[in-house]
Amino acid sequence: MSWHNIGTIDDLVANSGVCALVNNQQVAIFYLPQSKESVFAISNFDPIGKANVLSRGIIGSIEGKLVVASPLYKQHFCLATGECLEVEAIHLPVFDAKIQDGNVLISAEPKIIKAVA
Amino acid sequence: MQTSQKILIIGNGMVGHHFVEQMRQSDDKANITVLCGEANLAYDRVYLSSVFDGKTAADLALTTLENYQQLNVNVHTQQWVEGIDRVSKVVTTQTGDQYPYDKLVLATGSFPFVPPIKGNDQPHCLVYRTLEDLEQIKASAAASKSGVVIGGGLLGLEAANAIKQLGLDTHVVEFAPQLMAVQLDEQGGTLLKNKIEKLGVTVHTSKATSEIVKGESSRFKLNFSDGTFLETDLILFSAGIRPYDQLGKVAELELGERGGIIINNRCQTSDPDILAIGECALWDKKLFGLVAPGYNMARVAASQLSGGELEFSGADMSTKLKLLGVEVGSIGDAHAKTPNCKELIYQDPIRDCYKKIILNETGDKLLGAVLVGDTRDYDTLLQYMLNDMDLPEHPECLILPDSAGAPSLAGSALPDTATICSCHNVSKGDIVGAIDGGSCDLAAVKSCTKAASGCGGCAALLKSVVDAELASRGVEVNNHVCEHFAYSRQELLHMVKVESIKTFDDLLAKHGSGHHGCEICKPAIASILASTWNDFILEPAHVGLQDTNDTYLANMQKDGSYSVVPRIAGGEITPDKLIVIGQVAKDFNLYCKVTGGQRIDLFGARLEELPVIWGRLIEAGFETGHAYGKSLRTVKSCVGSTWCRYGVQDSVGHAIDIENRYKGLRSPHKFKMAVSGCTRECAEAQSKDIGIIATENGWNLYVCGNGGMRPRHADLFATDLDTPTLIKYIDRVLMFYIKTADKLQRTSVWMENLEGGLDYLKSVVIDDSLGICQELEEQMELITQTYACEWKKAVESPEASKRFRQFVNSPNPDDNILFVQERNQIRPATDVEKREQKMTQNRIPVMELEEEQADVLA
Repeated sequence: MSWHNIGTIDDLVANSGVCALVNNQQVAIFYLPQSKESVFAISNFDPIGKANVLSRGIIGSIEGKLVVASPLYKQHFCLATGECLEVEAIHLPVFDAKIQDGNVLISAEPKIIKAVA
Repeated sequence: MQTSQKILIIGNGMVGHHFVEQMRQSDDKANITVLCGEANLAYDRVYLSSVFDGKTAADLALTTLENYQQLNVNVHTQQWVEGIDRVSKVVTTQTGDQYPYDKLVLATGSFPFVPPIKGNDQPHCLVYRTLEDLEQIKASAAASKSGVVIGGGLLGLEAANAIKQLGLDTHVVEFAPQLMAVQLDEQGGTLLKNKIEKLGVTVHTSKATSEIVKGESSRFKLNFSDGTFLETDLILFSAGIRPYDQLGKVAELELGERGGIIINNRCQTSDPDILAIGECALWDKKLFGLVAPGYNMARVAASQLSGGELEFSGADMSTKLKLLGVEVGSIGDAHAKTPNCKELIYQDPIRDCYKKIILNETGDKLLGAVLVGDTRDYDTLLQYMLNDMDLPEHPECLILPDSAGAPSLAGSALPDTATICSCHNVSKGDIVGAIDGGSCDLAAVKSCTKAASGCGGCAALLKSVVDAELASRGVEVNNHVCEHFAYSRQELLHMVKVESIKTFDDLLAKHGSGHHGCEICKPAIASILASTWNDFILEPAHVGLQDTNDTYLANMQKDGSYSVVPRIAGGEITPDKLIVIGQVAKDFNLYCKVTGGQRIDLFGARLEELPVIWGRLIEAGFETGHAYGKSLRTVKSCVGSTWCRYGVQDSVGHAIDIENRYKGLRSPHKFKMAVSGCTRECAEAQSKDIGIIATENGWNLYVCGNGGMRPRHADLFATDLDTPTLIKYIDRVLMFYIKTADKLQRTSVWMENLEGGLDYLKSVVIDDSLGICQELEEQMELITQTYACEWKKAVESPEASKRFRQFVNSPNPDDNILFVQERNQIRPATDVEKREQKMTQNRIPVMELEEEQADVLA
């Protein structure tokens, strides 16, 4: 797998999201220092609101799933799987993400792509 | 039940797909294979015309290959079947592939009938049926000025709407003397024609087209049998559908005289191992061209193949729809063919509507109805007919406008057997069952029963049934903020204050559950913390709690861009400042709109532009307007005694003082104020949370009004107050509201829920009955003393400024935010316009050029 270095840990905001351009794809990166994985990356595009805004949503947990709520119409997208909790058919692309020596690395291609119905 | 029977389905339209789902549900072992002729899998044909509103093929798709994989269903697309060998039970396709079956299901659908008119096979003579057809229509319309639809039935009028939306001069030609002859009577058809013509579509009835020849002023000329003619560039045939029964012929199954594969109540053809469903099937000499009966057949077939006993017993062909913006409904025996039936007609030439109900001989049962121009009564009428319910004593009340005697059939009045959703065959009993099973809101009932997810026509009725059912169970309302905090907002505020809690994490650790919170509790607690301690909301401990509007100190718009609203206290602004706003808007190409709160909204700012824009505004002396926050918006004012002949106090000066006092105050919801200089009330203060009206002797104070979705007039709270007392009372009312209101509760609702209402509020604020007034005032003092412009702080702090980057690793702008010009300003591009713009951009071959463009935009 090829990794994309999008910056350092200082570019992230704890318990919130930022957006990076990876291979011309907009990727929303969420930093949760208290969780096991600590960093999550999903597509920044909200297929319901049709705008690149998910990095600006609020992070939360719904029945144990870590999610981001779209700032447009408030649907929840699971950070780990990309699934939309309200619309079963929608799955966002999910990218591998990790922090290594203070750098934030994102996989160049999404690891899960399920067709968006 | 056989454990692994081989089921082969030919055709993957809406009905074929529904069968696959139903079959899989009732038998998880069956070996299911689908042969689909087209490249696209099943899509929603009911909403086909929404493609012209920017919907894509993906939006309409009902399923995907992945979805079928998950269901363990084999799919083969672009496989046209040529032969069926009934003896060895094998199907052969055009490519020579062979598929064996135990049971074969034909769901081949129908095709549009093109009347045998000479010249009907030329380019620009099209049909309206599939996604591919729409592409052809679009392409042809681009090279045409006018279009004719041949056929004035339901589909024909929908097709007319489509070509009208494409900007063509639109005509409809109908052979019969009226439109929608199947569903409407003559009067209804005539009214529909008049209404449609008013909308700019020309209707020609009683016209038989004899030939299509080359036109003089247009591409074609239609010659009619009566000697008249019509010139046009595009012709759409919509003269009904014909069953696609070719495979029935090939397999030598019994067919109807005029086509259609004959089926019995079990959906079996003359070969019991071959079933037919949907528009290719002929039941009791009838074809069914609607989706609901097709779905019904799919359910019957699935039941038959899994040992069930469901039978098809015909279908109600009632329809309600909106054609070219005109509401049309047809129920049951619309043509009053039942012997000795009676008709009741309501005709309103002013509101331009026509309603007819058809009753049985004794006038106590409904047999049918025709509605044109107003279909509000459709749901109720349909329920009367379907459930064979006794009509009220004066059945005319069912169609008279706002009739007091009309019984409400919503929800509780219906019997459990009443069908609510005919597409998915969901009865009221099923809905009650879903609620019994734990579905406790509309969304849960929808996903559990699938009701209202077909044509959607029953959505309103479904909601009323669900609401009535939930209400009758007295569904418990708890005021817990969310799953992470089992407390009300008021209780949380109390904890924050008493225990001196300053961060969300602290509160969550001490009184909440889990580690993360959610988008409900985070902003609510951010607001509590701000109301109590007034720390900068973009500090690291608070930044993740805020709604996007608070985080970026601006209002997000639908495309992800933001609007910028500088504070213009009291609506007073100098010419120099106006020029600054204009210049900033010009430099950043922002859309300008004057708001109802007497200030100026600048739209279309990109995230990365916000700090630069605000740098300019702050330099010119502006402050943030808090248009993004749950906080004071504006204090509106009339011009007052300074200029006005009638004014008795300086309302503008007063409004400015008040706006400056309460600006930045975070509260459970936004709030607005206004000051009027005299009793004429030009500032509309009585529609505000806090309204102030000048009198000869001082000020009258009004509280807890609002406009918006549910307007409420403010209540008169106290009269003839001097200025210090007025301020004291406002301090106390607002702080008491902040301390005791629920999250996102406006002052009006707060007041209505306050036990004791206005009198109680007066006793707390004026008589200090709770002994808390000093505390309320001190808290307000702390907030007003610690006010700071959030944008000034954000622009000055490098850490906060970093938040306003679109990408942490690139200076590029978001390429999905695109604008077009309208009335000399920008507006967001529609999806279609975006695609066009991106296509043009993609033609730019050199990479550097794209980057250069990006820099200019950034």
